[in-house]
Amino acid sequence: MANLKLTNVAKSYGSVKVLHGIDLTIRSGEFIVFVGPSGCGKSTLLRLIAGLEDITGGTLEIDGQVVNALPPSKRGIAMVFQSYALYPHMTVYDNMAFGLKLANTSKEDLDKRVRAAAEMLQITQYLDRLPKQLSGGQRQRVAIGRAIVRDPKVFLFDEPLSNLDAALRVATRIEIAKLHERMHQTTMIYVTHDQVEAMTLADRIVVLNGGKIEQVGSPMELYHAPDNLFVARFIGSPAMNIIPAKIEAGGMPATVRPLNGQPVQVDANVPASAAGSAATFGVRPEDLRPTDGPGLFSGNVLLVEKLGEVVLAYIDIGMEEPLIAKLDGDSQLERGQHISVTADADRLHVFDGNGKAYVRTRRALAA
Amino acid sequence: MAGPVSPHSELGRQRILAAWWFLAPMLVVLAAAAGWPLLKTIYFSFTDATLNNLSGAQWVGILNYYEWLDYGDGTGEAFGLLADEQWWAAVYNTVRFTLISVTLETLFGLVIALVLNAEFKGRGLVRAAVLVPWAIPTIVSAKMWAWMMHDQFGILNDMFLRLGLISAPIAWTASPDTAMVAVLIVDVWKTTPFMALLILAGLQLVPGDIYEAAKIDGVHPVKVFFKITLPLIRPAILVAVIFRALDAMRVFDLIYVLTPNNDRTRTMSVFAQENLFQFDKFAYGSAASTLLFVVIALMVILTIKLGRMDLEGNG
Repeated sequence: MANLKLTNVAKSYGSVKVLHGIDLTIRSGEFIVFVGPSGCGKSTLLRLIAGLEDITGGTLEIDGQVVNALPPSKRGIAMVFQSYALYPHMTVYDNMAFGLKLANTSKEDLDKRVRAAAEMLQITQYLDRLPKQLSGGQRQRVAIGRAIVRDPKVFLFDEPLSNLDAALRVATRIEIAKLHERMHQTTMIYVTHDQVEAMTLADRIVVLNGGKIEQVGSPMELYHAPDNLFVARFIGSPAMNIIPAKIEAGGMPATVRPLNGQPVQVDANVPASAAGSAATFGVRPEDLRPTDGPGLFSGNVLLVEKLGEVVLAYIDIGMEEPLIAKLDGDSQLERGQHISVTADADRLHVFDGNGKAYVRTRRALAA
Repeated sequence: MAGPVSPHSELGRQRILAAWWFLAPMLVVLAAAAGWPLLKTIYFSFTDATLNNLSGAQWVGILNYYEWLDYGDGTGEAFGLLADEQWWAAVYNTVRFTLISVTLETLFGLVIALVLNAEFKGRGLVRAAVLVPWAIPTIVSAKMWAWMMHDQFGILNDMFLRLGLISAPIAWTASPDTAMVAVLIVDVWKTTPFMALLILAGLQLVPGDIYEAAKIDGVHPVKVFFKITLPLIRPAILVAVIFRALDAMRVFDLIYVLTPNNDRTRTMSVFAQENLFQFDKFAYGSAASTLLFVVIALMVILTIKLGRMDLEGNG
């Protein structure tokens, strides 16, 4: 129901700048995920949007209205906190009703809204309980319920799943996805450091690092066409193998020679003038497969991790970091064994000396 | 955390035994330092003991508490503590002092705790400074205030005169009208930091994120205080009030130093001390001490019971 426009938004605490000029437009009804490592500024950015922190530079618009100076309650937002932030002395019902009650909502309307939200989240039977009598997952649902009752234009989630155990995290993640489906007109902004949550929930992901946006795009765009080394390493698990390389010939495809590897063709648009320059070569573990020929890389297996559905092989290719290959779960691989691995040209990535990706020609289009 | 100890298993028995060994030194000290004197005092209150003749005290039953002297003509006169007007005046003074001082200290303590809980520069320094009155021994602060309230040389009279608030010097500690006020001022000055500290500890246990949730809910700050902060720190306030009230009920040193021999400020403890050591009515003083003990014990039981019920009712 609401679109957001951030223009050159900055935040600093005294002389410490934590956000450097964020430009971002969020469409109405979109599910946006802010993701990044600890301290990248993702939670701060969310708190700026919520109005819990002052914006020190730039403007934030909700539905075309600049809201920099508007208190949180007037922005039409609702927020779900990492720690749930339920009022410990109030019942579930009162927790959900508290804000509206003070806003002089009529009793019937209030009751209807609380019960509808409780119904939707299946917490009706807990309405009379105190938060301390609920499990973590139930508490988080109450927190979500409290947000729903406010009927917000923008729904903000601050790492809502990080206090839950693994199984519950998956279940609640699915519930949030369903919630978005049901409330498809409500814009949702979700902060997480968990890339699985980001990939599964987001319409678009905003990758933040060091207070700057690294890339904005759909999950598949980020996976297949990362703009830079940071996004390439951040999305995907295990992370993309990164190897210093040299451009042997530009063009489409280009020829690249990774350090300690064989020259290989990469489906990327590299200008001819780049020939001979230093670059970085990237290949995802899941794109590597064993080969009988010389392959792209070869070396001795340092360590084998058998995860059931896949086998992770750590291969010594003479670099500080071993090359990681994600192989078939049935692979009969032993430590110390010599192995050669290769990958298709359209699966490879190459970045220039500044870590900026050369545009990929085939995979990028697919995304 | 250890689970409940079953007394029926060998391991459970060992743990219970170990617990008793660890508790034993404390129990011995407690019995010697608190239990024995208490029992002895209760015993003396049923005798005719005097300071000069403690060992030869004779059992007199409840005569120290109540005695009806029949004049034989249908009239008579009641004696003993329960019929002593001065004792009941002391009870009244004590209750009045306790109610007013604890109320004021709770209110001021709450305000100070709220201020100290906010983020500002030099907060650590202010927190330390606030505690200074509490750190000064009561005798010292009572003497200090006695000088400040002195009718001829006191700074208080001087300031009030210069400001034109009073037209003639007031004998703060001696005048019957102001003696209690003087005692209350000093006690509030001295003990508010203690209240503030206990309430501050309670405030710091309130998670900060619920205040942010309240901001998003658009709750007015005043409502936040009454609907969120106050209910959540009530247990801490209750504990602080109980501590302070018990302390106030047995107030002695402040009054003994600041307003000696004043009918308006004589509390139960002062009454007991006077009888025990000044009037050579040791048994009578013991009876007063015993009653004071009973009153305080009842108060503790009542407060805890009421507090529990209240907590469950609203918590």
